[in-house]
Amino acid sequence: MEEYILRLIDEGRRVDNRDFLEYRKIEVVPNVIKRAEGSASVKIGNTHLIAGVKMEIGKPFPDSPEEGILVVNAEFPPLASPEFELGPPGEDAIELARVVDRAIRSAETIELKKLKIEEEKVWCVFVDIHVINDDGNLLDAASLAAISALLNTQIPKIEGEKIIREEFTGKLPVVNKPVIVSVCRVGNKLILDPNAEEEKILDSKLSFGIDENGKICAIQKQGKPIKFDNIEKMLDIAIEKSKELRKCL
Amino acid sequence: MKKEVKLIENGKRVDGRKLEEMRPISIELNVVERADGSAKFSFGDTVAVASVYGPKALFPKHLQERKCLVRCKYSMAPFSVSERKSPGPDRRSIELSKIIRQAIEPSIFTEEFPRASIDVFIEILNADGSTRIASTNAASLALATAGIPMRDLICAVSVGKIENKLVVDLNGIEDNNSDCDLSFAILPSKNEVTLLQMDGLLTKEEFIKLLNMAKENCMKIYELQKKSLKEMYEK
Repeated sequence: MEEYILRLIDEGRRVDNRDFLEYRKIEVVPNVIKRAEGSASVKIGNTHLIAGVKMEIGKPFPDSPEEGILVVNAEFPPLASPEFELGPPGEDAIELARVVDRAIRSAETIELKKLKIEEEKVWCVFVDIHVINDDGNLLDAASLAAISALLNTQIPKIEGEKIIREEFTGKLPVVNKPVIVSVCRVGNKLILDPNAEEEKILDSKLSFGIDENGKICAIQKQGKPIKFDNIEKMLDIAIEKSKELRKCL
Repeated sequence: MKKEVKLIENGKRVDGRKLEEMRPISIELNVVERADGSAKFSFGDTVAVASVYGPKALFPKHLQERKCLVRCKYSMAPFSVSERKSPGPDRRSIELSKIIRQAIEPSIFTEEFPRASIDVFIEILNADGSTRIASTNAASLALATAGIPMRDLICAVSVGKIENKLVVDLNGIEDNNSDCDLSFAILPSKNEVTLLQMDGLLTKEEFIKLLNMAKENCMKIYELQKKSLKEMYEK
């Protein structure tokens, strides 16, 4: 199978007849989890994941006493792929969560200063990304799910120390929409949105977080090396494609 | 995490450096006598020690039929930072271990050692920014002192943006207050980038400038690395 996919790509074709820079069908459905303060389900082809946001009250970090806290976590549960294993998040899940976190944070997506409740008391925004089916390109899908979930997150009411979960005081202040586009290299060809079979034959992946204004808000290289002279071309593809992805939100 | 501190005054940085100036670099080789190869690499007050064990037999053998397995562990000593870091892996060090592994592996002729493993252990003794960069440089030198067949050395550097100026080699306070920091490593002879990570906000133009600054400074590190290895063999 792997050799077949490589040969196809060499001939300028893909297993599912897509163009090299074409995404599979993207489906973003907000508000899919009733219990969560915000949520979204994202499908890219057969890749499916859900992001849920929970709001909790906590103490601010000592070096940013005026700001709320953002925590992004990702789970690759064994239900989603024969390659995922039981146990705490592995390096790939941790890396994915941290890259999504960096993109959201760097783009100043959430106005964290508005999340202060009182001295020593702030809102903590927990974004949990759960993979349901892994058919490749989890990072791009995860960024869409996280942003879509944040966009419909509501801040619950507080009475004393207690959070009243079913009543809300307003929306989470979200002011930017960064998305992640991963540009993948197979030999000397560049492709987007690899499915699980294609992911096995990738040489490397360069993921760019691009914010609403076309600025770069995160970069992560994975896999084998990338020619220095190719980086700019990969960035241009990511900037161009980010506009299309943002329309799905 | 941003503090109100002036990081650049009259073109000089908090530690008196110019914008495109790296901190003093020091390299010591074979600092861990028991290891097959080791190196200590410092950028100013950031000190990383790397040691290499291998190639050695890997069990179970079927895990790697065609090439050797490169394993890498980055860790920060509890006393290396101002507030004690609890020992053991955290999410950050797990990500960095992966990133550093992918940064150094392309330099090794892994196909020459099927069914074997090469283990690289990195310890940050003192942290003052750019620790993954010091680690990558130390690891590359440790591999070379271990006599492992390599395509080339790996050279790494950090670049970033502080107070709207592009700078090289961020120290701790600059890192915490930067608008952007970018980690970069290159395999010089092939002009291939093996590590590229960025957080912060950048325009495309700034990014391209930073890339070129990073590459230029990696070449300076390359010369220092080669010099230290030559001196070791001349002794």
